[in-house]
Amino acid sequence: MQRESESTEEPEPPGRRRRRREGRTRTVRSNLLPPPSAEDSVAGATKGERLQRLGCVQHVADNRLKTTKYTLLSFLPKNLFEQFHRLANVYFVFIALLNFVPAVNAFQPGLALAPVLFILAVTAFKDLWEDYSRYRSDHEINHLGCLVFSREEKKYVNRFWKEIHVGDFVRLRCNEIIPADILLLSSSDPDGLCHIETANLDGETNLKRRQVVRGFSELVSEFNPLTFTSVIECEKPNNDLTRFRGCIIHDNGKKAGLYKENLLLRGCTIRNTEAVVGIVIYAGHETKALLNNSGPRYKRSQLERQMNCDVLWCVLLLVCMSLFSAVGHGLWMQRYQDKKALFDVPESDGSSLSPVTAAVYSFLTMIIVLQVLIPISLYVSIEIVKVCQVYFINQDIELYDEETDSQLQCRALNITEDLGQIQYIFSDKTGTLTENKMVFRRCTVSGIEYSHDANAQRLARYQEADSEEEEVPRGGSSQRGSIGSHQSIRILHRSQSTKSYWRTGSRAEAKRASVLSKHTAFSSPMEKDITPDPKLLEKVNECDKYLAISRHQEHPLAQLSPELSDVFDFFIALTICNTVVVTSPDQPRQKVRVRFELKSPVKTIEDFLRRFTPSRLTSGCSSIGSLATNKSSHKSGCSFMSTLSNDSMLFRLEERLGQPTPAIASNGYSSPADSWEPEYPQEPQPKQELRFEAESPDEAALVYAAKAYNCALVDRLHDQVSVELPHLGRLTFELLHTLGFDSIRKRMSVVIRHPLTDEINVYTKGADSVVMDLLLPCSSDDARGQHQNKIRSKTQNYLNLYAMEGLRTLCIAKRVLSKEEYACWLQSHLEAESSVDNREELLFQSAIRLETNLHLLGATGIEDRLQDGVPETITKLRQAGLQIWVLTGDKQETAINIAYACKLLDHDEEVITLNAESQEACAALLDQCLHHVQSRGSYTPEKTESCVNVGFSSLYLASATSTVSGPSPSLVIDGRSLAYALDKNLEDKFLFLAKQCRSVLCCRSTPLQKSMVVKLVRSKLKAMTLAIGDGANDVSMIQVADVGVGISGQEGMQAVMASDFAVPRFRYLERLLIVHGHWCYSRLANMVLYFFYKNTMFVGLLFWFQFYCGFSASAMIDQWYLIFFNLLFSSLPQLVTGVLDKNVPAHVLLLKPQLYKSGQNREEYRPRAFWLNMVDAAFQSLICFFIPYLAYYDSDVDMFTWGTPITAIALFTFLLHLGIETKTWTWLNWTACVFSIFLFFTVALIYNASCATCYPPSNPYWTMQALLGDPVFYLICLIAPITALLPRLFFRALQGSLFPTQLQLARQSAKKYPKKPETTKETLAQKHFPGDTKTELSEGMNTSPFETLSKDCASEASQHTQQPSCSPKTNREPSTVDISVPLREDTVLEDLGAQAPGSSRPDEAVLEACPENSKRKPTSSSQEAPLPSLFNLPSFSSLNWISSLSLVSGLGSVLQLSRSSLQMDKQDGEFLSTPPQPDQDLHGLQGQATDYF
Amino acid sequence: MAMNYNAKDEVDGGPPGAPGGTTKTRRPDNTAFKQQRLPAWQPFLTAGTVLPTFFIIGLIFIPIGIGIFVTSNNIREIEIDYTGIEPSSPCNKCLSPVSTPCICTINFTLEKSFEGNVFMYYGLSNFYQNHRRYVKSRDDSQLNGDRSALLNPSKECEPYRRNEDKPIAPCGAIANSMFNDTLELFLVANESDPTLTLIPLKRKGIAWWTDKNVKFRNPPGTESLKERFKDTTNPVNWLKPVYELDPEDEDNNGFINEDFIVWMRTAALPTFRKLYRLIERKNDLHPTLPAGRYYLNITYNYPVHSFDGRKRMILSTVSWMGGKNPFLGIAYITIGSISFLLGVVLLVINHKYRNSNNTADITI
Repeated sequence: MQRESESTEEPEPPGRRRRRREGRTRTVRSNLLPPPSAEDSVAGATKGERLQRLGCVQHVADNRLKTTKYTLLSFLPKNLFEQFHRLANVYFVFIALLNFVPAVNAFQPGLALAPVLFILAVTAFKDLWEDYSRYRSDHEINHLGCLVFSREEKKYVNRFWKEIHVGDFVRLRCNEIIPADILLLSSSDPDGLCHIETANLDGETNLKRRQVVRGFSELVSEFNPLTFTSVIECEKPNNDLTRFRGCIIHDNGKKAGLYKENLLLRGCTIRNTEAVVGIVIYAGHETKALLNNSGPRYKRSQLERQMNCDVLWCVLLLVCMSLFSAVGHGLWMQRYQDKKALFDVPESDGSSLSPVTAAVYSFLTMIIVLQVLIPISLYVSIEIVKVCQVYFINQDIELYDEETDSQLQCRALNITEDLGQIQYIFSDKTGTLTENKMVFRRCTVSGIEYSHDANAQRLARYQEADSEEEEVPRGGSSQRGSIGSHQSIRILHRSQSTKSYWRTGSRAEAKRASVLSKHTAFSSPMEKDITPDPKLLEKVNECDKYLAISRHQEHPLAQLSPELSDVFDFFIALTICNTVVVTSPDQPRQKVRVRFELKSPVKTIEDFLRRFTPSRLTSGCSSIGSLATNKSSHKSGCSFMSTLSNDSMLFRLEERLGQPTPAIASNGYSSPADSWEPEYPQEPQPKQELRFEAESPDEAALVYAAKAYNCALVDRLHDQVSVELPHLGRLTFELLHTLGFDSIRKRMSVVIRHPLTDEINVYTKGADSVVMDLLLPCSSDDARGQHQNKIRSKTQNYLNLYAMEGLRTLCIAKRVLSKEEYACWLQSHLEAESSVDNREELLFQSAIRLETNLHLLGATGIEDRLQDGVPETITKLRQAGLQIWVLTGDKQETAINIAYACKLLDHDEEVITLNAESQEACAALLDQCLHHVQSRGSYTPEKTESCVNVGFSSLYLASATSTVSGPSPSLVIDGRSLAYALDKNLEDKFLFLAKQCRSVLCCRSTPLQKSMVVKLVRSKLKAMTLAIGDGANDVSMIQVADVGVGISGQEGMQAVMASDFAVPRFRYLERLLIVHGHWCYSRLANMVLYFFYKNTMFVGLLFWFQFYCGFSASAMIDQWYLIFFNLLFSSLPQLVTGVLDKNVPAHVLLLKPQLYKSGQNREEYRPRAFWLNMVDAAFQSLICFFIPYLAYYDSDVDMFTWGTPITAIALFTFLLHLGIETKTWTWLNWTACVFSIFLFFTVALIYNASCATCYPPSNPYWTMQALLGDPVFYLICLIAPITALLPRLFFRALQGSLFPTQLQLARQSAKKYPKKPETTKETLAQKHFPGDTKTELSEGMNTSPFETLSKDCASEASQHTQQPSCSPKTNREPSTVDISVPLREDTVLEDLGAQAPGSSRPDEAVLEACPENSKRKPTSSSQEAPLPSLFNLPSFSSLNWISSLSLVSGLGSVLQLSRSSLQMDKQDGEFLSTPPQPDQDLHGLQGQATDYF
Repeated sequence: MAMNYNAKDEVDGGPPGAPGGTTKTRRPDNTAFKQQRLPAWQPFLTAGTVLPTFFIIGLIFIPIGIGIFVTSNNIREIEIDYTGIEPSSPCNKCLSPVSTPCICTINFTLEKSFEGNVFMYYGLSNFYQNHRRYVKSRDDSQLNGDRSALLNPSKECEPYRRNEDKPIAPCGAIANSMFNDTLELFLVANESDPTLTLIPLKRKGIAWWTDKNVKFRNPPGTESLKERFKDTTNPVNWLKPVYELDPEDEDNNGFINEDFIVWMRTAALPTFRKLYRLIERKNDLHPTLPAGRYYLNITYNYPVHSFDGRKRMILSTVSWMGGKNPFLGIAYITIGSISFLLGVVLLVINHKYRNSNNTADITI
């Protein structure tokens, strides 16, 4: 039972102090207890009482979710109220109401209301529909089931979520979603732990631990809710996810504190825990999840803002016209007033109006009559069009991700066109650019590199296999048997069918994904299966075997060679230096554990002394049999018998393993595959597959890697870690301390006691930059020290190499502590731990003291795999003129590596790194950089110039000057400097600098900084920004940006909830922006322009008429036409065009991303276009007015018989105008146009025949019918629209011929060439080649249908000889090629594809492309690799061809002579016409070079 | 969409369905419409593609224009201004309001005979029949013979709704300002013989059929018109009641008087004409109005002088396209020629720039 503490029924006598606090607390007690008021009177609560209690609980929210805005009754008033918040609606209603004033009315009052009501009704209907869908989703959630303890039935029964009340006891099983905020009271976990996944709340996929409330975890028997009598006092509901305070008061008056570790939050998922029981603390809308969920902010698109500005112009125009008319009417009145004009109608009392009054009336009436100028239907039409656009975006099959079965979601309906105008993209790195799946790639142990080629091959194969998956039969062992042992393991895994995972690369696998295992992190075979490097595996085995034999000797490790001992330590470190939790995949999954009689980390010195007496031997007590989790078996410990049996089994294993080992050494690992495969099923107890769940994916990757070397982490408790080795069996390390990772130290360490040596070891794992400095200094005198130094420098080299490859590097180091050292350190550490003030600081110091004098073991290279197609997408987006900034919380090195990998940075471009320690330093640095950049800027054009002189074609000049004037530098800035740079004084400088840069990389930035950067760019540069991210840390940035994009499916829902668009993958951004963004923008821009044109033109007709009716605000157009013209007759065609028009087909847009710039520059809808449109509208209205005027001048035509043809003319003109503006005519367009005309005439005919006396004052009875019999009607309907549109058509044609825009050219070229066959396109979209250049080239190849159309055979031939010679070369290095191709090459390649026909240029273009290739080759020659191997490459022929050309004659000498990379760099730079790059680090070249071998 | 955080996303967020079960994917349909691949005609406006249009327009418009022009020129029309502003005009005497009724005679000569049906119009200039308040000032129900509206006209008719407590029939400013000059046409047989032949003017058939038969109706009843209109009074400016508009034909009286109906159809522009009478062609071969001298006898009632208006009498023959209108023909010819010219310009441009156009294509 729960009650807010203000409640008067508070049982305890409220003390004064208490009372004050009560306002902020809530008291929760069990619902199963009788109410306190009835406590003493009736012991057993009856049903009635329960009801009564429910009654008094009513004021507290139950768990029902209600997100609907309206109820049936409140809908109308509430919705109307909301709609009138829109100024436009108020305006239109005001105008409509103005009609009720007789003196000024222009229309029948009822009629004038019609359009407004129509618009309101449409909007209301839309709102109603939205609300209904919300209601439905609420309903669905409210009716989810969960187990709630029922008092009547004394057991857990199934209830709906909405029936849960505060104070109920809920039992949750594994993988269930938590329905409310629940205080954890019991867990099936022996430690009283519960793991939850909070992805839905904060986007973090790693498991979080929750602890049973203290005092309940010790319960031996199962928790019984009936016995729960404690009272819980906690905070009032609030939205702070990271905070929960309260206390639980037991019956005996004891209090226990409650913390956030005790609270299970709604929306999270229970993981790894069989079952938990808890009491509901907050329910429904009071849960933290829902309190956190404020609605998305209303975004107004750029176009809409501009449009609103133009609407204001229209208002101004309207006022001017009305004013003009009013003055005119006043003068007119003055002129005719005293003249007793027969047509002057006096007031009803016979007196005549004064001219001034008449003018005022006329003004108001004019506003009504000309109200059409402010397009009432504009907003509704735009909304309709946007909804349709959203529909089409959602429906785009190429934005559908098959792996996750998700399509793009548009969550914001009103900013589709903003997608076409983005200038800056702010991207998160992890999970957005990368998959956030770490794969172990390479490692170095004691200076020897193990390149894991097989692993790399396997990874490449996985990727290829993904695309072929469908054809490959599932049991494809025959096909893949040769690949290696991992393959068979993988098959075995599959047969277990527990681990396929929906995020994996394999689509087929995703389909098999089971619901229960879906959320397990890092379980794709790609990351888990690592093909061990044979040499290393052998070494590991050797150590293992040796140690197994000598384990009971005094110093077993000392007997090993230093290298082998390093190898062993390396793997031990990989395995235990982390916080990975081990689970077994059994359903329900539980933690695998063997409980030891060990105490928690050393608490006191005495404890330490006691525990480190040599008497106690912690031998590896391993038992496969005890893997089953059972509390009693834990307690009993492990039996000696099982150890024995285990040992014997190990011996058998050893025998088997003994034989294949040489095979591994000799011929790779194809043979072990055979020997391993049958082995698994034969094992006495099928080995349970262990699953590692880590806080950071790197850790998991390392643990999996170690496991591949048979060094498997099998168990982790807070005080011990168990590792299993094939020969040694289970080694249990006593975990003394874990010094967690922090961003300042950039490393983590564990202190363990080694079971074999009984030494105290510190294993440290951390960033290379840090760890390398902490190594034990070695004297270069003795051999050992020299050896160590050599190892270090070698390792450092490999580390640099890894970094160039874009791998995340970690150094593993070890320190052996003597007992004295340890005791000494422990003393201070314990002091630090127990200190109250600056505890963090002291602990930090303590950690630093420990992590010194390390012994380097090795280094690892982990790949944070880029998502499919990221480099291509980034290249395309760049070409589209988008500036891409990466804002990441990651460290600088990693970020830079990834930036290189995804082509955000180029190796041959300058990188400005901004790391400042203080405000002043930052300012100085910024100035320096600015100066540098500016001096560069003036320098660059010269170089381009000179390049042209060398003889490159003018084509190159065009592209060079337009796209890249020499590679502009890139900026890398770290979080701290960013904080300084974002200061008010420096932000302008920073922005200026950033603007000059090609790409900007902000590392170590906090979520707040991310949003600040976005805000800064948005406000200062007035640029359109897009933020894309996947995690909770990106939410603020997503919200701040003009367009927020969330990556769905990766890291929970947080980013998606905040976003405007949710895409499954980063690569879909390309199509979303370049195709849909462009379309949406151009469609909407054209539609808005058309709207303004249409209304102005229509109003113009009325305005010209005022000159002939004494400015009396009379209208020759029947009021019905006037009111419904926009709404009915002329609205459909423009809607169809607005929804379906494509100014450039998708494939051309993708091929020429440069076309995107038209949106960025707002080419389609700029003030000039608006005013030109208005002038054209004025002209057209003049024509459409005066042709009928002159045709009917001095005739016996009556007002409405004359006005009707004008209306018809206007309609025809509109349609023809739209026809000129429409780029694609589908049958829908035709239908809409025909329908419009048909509708107009039908309505007119019916209307004009319907009533003889109605519709005053026009009373148009039989007008239309009469007109249809009048030849003049047809004659003017023919001449007027054509005359009105002749100029526009003429100028369009002129412009199309003389000054075609890029878009028009693209359209034209698209029209000339048929679209690529659908199949190639499909494969292009879905297949992703490991080497990006390959994709690029193949794209070029795919465009060859274009070329075959070419009339110019010669050029075609030259290309065909050229292309094959270029492409195979790149194909040879499938996976890691990191060819630094500046933008140019892409454009060239596209030019190759698209422009070939009829041109004499292709040969030049080829020439363009190939120097790029040749440039790379000399670069590689700087490496010690033999040059001849290079010449074997097929592309050498092309090289020859090139070098035969005079303009690259210098190249030959470069090839032969330049060995030093520095010189090479220079040559390179000159060749590429890039200015010298002083800051560029030489590693760039090195890394680039190694990529080729 | 606010507050749409919900567990639905949580639940739906996962992979679809259990393994083995037929999973419903969210894969969008691959239809031409949904993928925006509808077959489409994609016109591209360049000189080359557009110039046929211009030539076609020119080729169609010029003949039409010539046709219209010729037709219009064949129409005979004579216009006689009888406002009497000029002192020499015979009607000048009628400008002073004292002399009512004032009759003046204007003589004119037809150079050529008018054949076929001849329409007689009166034309007014600077008369704003399209003024907003003027246009509104009528009651269509009353004119349709509605009894209640007859006795209680619409408010729109103010201030011409009631006169001396009697409802005005027909009410409103339009009716009140009805044209009430009487025009008579006499043919002078020949120069020597002063005998005047009255040209027969047909009073009926000048209004729209639907107006006369549907829109305008007298109040129902079998008694005489006078009886039916008995509780009403005539408009202030009228000299006689509505049921005595046509002294000759009982069927042309009341609201269905065709002169009245024609007047009630408010003119679109301040300069307009309205059909006054028909001069039907004779059955024999004689022209309807032979060339010669005519007298126009005007009973001058209608005061337009005060507001600078003009009054005209127009005689016109008709063609298939109505009255004389030189404008349309000229317009068609002009536009046709311009269009043709532009076509030529485009042809030149297309010829000149075809090559550069293609090269431009390449530098994208």
